[in-house]
Amino acid sequence: MTAIEASGLTKTYPPDVQALDGISFTTQEGTVFGLLGPNGAGKSTTVKVLTTLAHPDGGTATVAGHSVLDAPAKVRDSIGVVSQKGGLDREATGRENLRLQGQVFGMGGRKLAQRIDELLVQFHLDDAGDRLVRGYSGGMARRLDVALALVHRPKVLFLDEPTTGLDPEVRAEMWDEIGRLTSDGLTVLLTTHYLEEADRLASQLAIVDRGRVVVEGSPDELKRELKGDAVHVELDRETDEATVRAALEPIAAINELLLNGRSVHARADDGARTVPGVLAALEGASIDVAAVTVARPSLDDVYLRYAGRTFSQAESQSTTEQEGGR
Amino acid sequence: MKALRDTQHMTVRHLMALWRQPWWIAVTLVQPVIWLLLFGALFGTVTEIPGFGSDDYTQFLAPGVVVMTAFFGSAWVGMPVIEDLDRGVLDRFLVSPVRRSSLISGRLVQGALTIVIQSLIIIVLALIVGATFDNSIAGVAVLILVSILIGSAFGSLSIALALLARQEQTVIAVISFLQLPLTFMSVTFMQKDLMPEWMQTVSDYNPLNWAVEAGRAAVSADPDWGWIAGRAGLLLAFLLLCGFLAMRAFRTYQRSV
Repeated sequence: MTAIEASGLTKTYPPDVQALDGISFTTQEGTVFGLLGPNGAGKSTTVKVLTTLAHPDGGTATVAGHSVLDAPAKVRDSIGVVSQKGGLDREATGRENLRLQGQVFGMGGRKLAQRIDELLVQFHLDDAGDRLVRGYSGGMARRLDVALALVHRPKVLFLDEPTTGLDPEVRAEMWDEIGRLTSDGLTVLLTTHYLEEADRLASQLAIVDRGRVVVEGSPDELKRELKGDAVHVELDRETDEATVRAALEPIAAINELLLNGRSVHARADDGARTVPGVLAALEGASIDVAAVTVARPSLDDVYLRYAGRTFSQAESQSTTEQEGGR
Repeated sequence: MKALRDTQHMTVRHLMALWRQPWWIAVTLVQPVIWLLLFGALFGTVTEIPGFGSDDYTQFLAPGVVVMTAFFGSAWVGMPVIEDLDRGVLDRFLVSPVRRSSLISGRLVQGALTIVIQSLIIIVLALIVGATFDNSIAGVAVLILVSILIGSAFGSLSIALALLARQEQTVIAVISFLQLPLTFMSVTFMQKDLMPEWMQTVSDYNPLNWAVEAGRAAVSADPDWGWIAGRAGLLLAFLLLCGFLAMRAFRTYQRSV
């Protein structure tokens, strides 16, 4: 069964920031679907549209069988949302936050009280439930965010950058927590700019760049498609692209070649064996090399292949063109 | 029904926050106490101006201070909305089935309860320094009612302003800019007949003045209840207009998300 279907969503923020440029994808019920992309790729805007917070300029979407445009109230009844900013009332206790959230969804009485106790235990907050959220650590607040989104047992859970800003240790705990969520049929849409997070949690991935999906598949499928290891050569100085290509293209073991400033990204069936030939060829063309690395295929390589730039480059480029919202 | 229940839940949330900072009510009482005691004593002799009509200034001032305190306090109702906005609380509610109107009305109800408490404290204080309130409970009830009406109206405006400006400094600047002029162009401190003519004209269109006039009439001897009801009706219409503006501001906010 389809849980989320986005089709050709577009949205432009004034004056002319194109946050979404026809984004489309489909997710299956009971899976964790990852939207992976650098900051500013349009992930948060996609979540805002799918959760009925923002209105798209074009395109359509259904969530849990309801159209976000025609039946937003029905969509809201069936979703739980953890936004990037969280959304906790810091001047209330954890339990009060949970209670109000439940009441807003029409819950109350003993049933709600039981559900709150259950969630506090599930998210290891049973000792902190009656303390003000203001005193919570980052990890505790994040766990409460997720608990809040689950009070009314939603069909679809949206997690927008759930581990951004958390310590690595806390992040790992959060991953375990999220990994357990789908066991009872919940569909999760996870956005992240951490490659490792997407790799670990998502069963299906859409890589997003500049408001579009550039490639879709399971993390393993995507990596398998790359055929071979990544050989990354850092040149001593910026060199004419044609010269580098002329030196390296004759090497038979190289399947793919991508140049980006001083960086040369090559893909080869057996990375380690290819390196001496690559170095010799570059030396022969009088191109000085600063560093060489060989790695097994990663999602970073997938991103590089489909978006034409490395993930970290995209991240630093996007700091100037921040994603929509405020 | 859902709107009422949501309003109730939101009100409880805001009351809990207030309960945890009870000093806030004390802080908001500092100003009215200064107006009532210091200003009242300082300008006590204005009653000697021919045509003032009342012989005890504190008596004249007290209902005005009650309304003014409601007005001053309500102007800040929008401030915590900005914090909700910044922390994502508002967005969390906007993707839930909560009725949009309850996000406004919950704050207004909390504001109204605050006004009741503050008004009673000021009235007791005024009684101690010698003021009297005619028409017993009914008079005081009407005084508090018009205070709530004017407080809720400006509370709605404050929320609308917060949603549009989204910056505490802007909200503070606009409110500070409006508060005193609106107060001076009302009969809070001075009899209408003694105001310059242009101010009298302006005060006819000043909702704060409607509230002060109606509130003061309600606690004086022999009030014209029909006229007071008319003023209350005007205030109610003004409140509905402000509430509508606040709802529109919500829509404007959501379009910008």
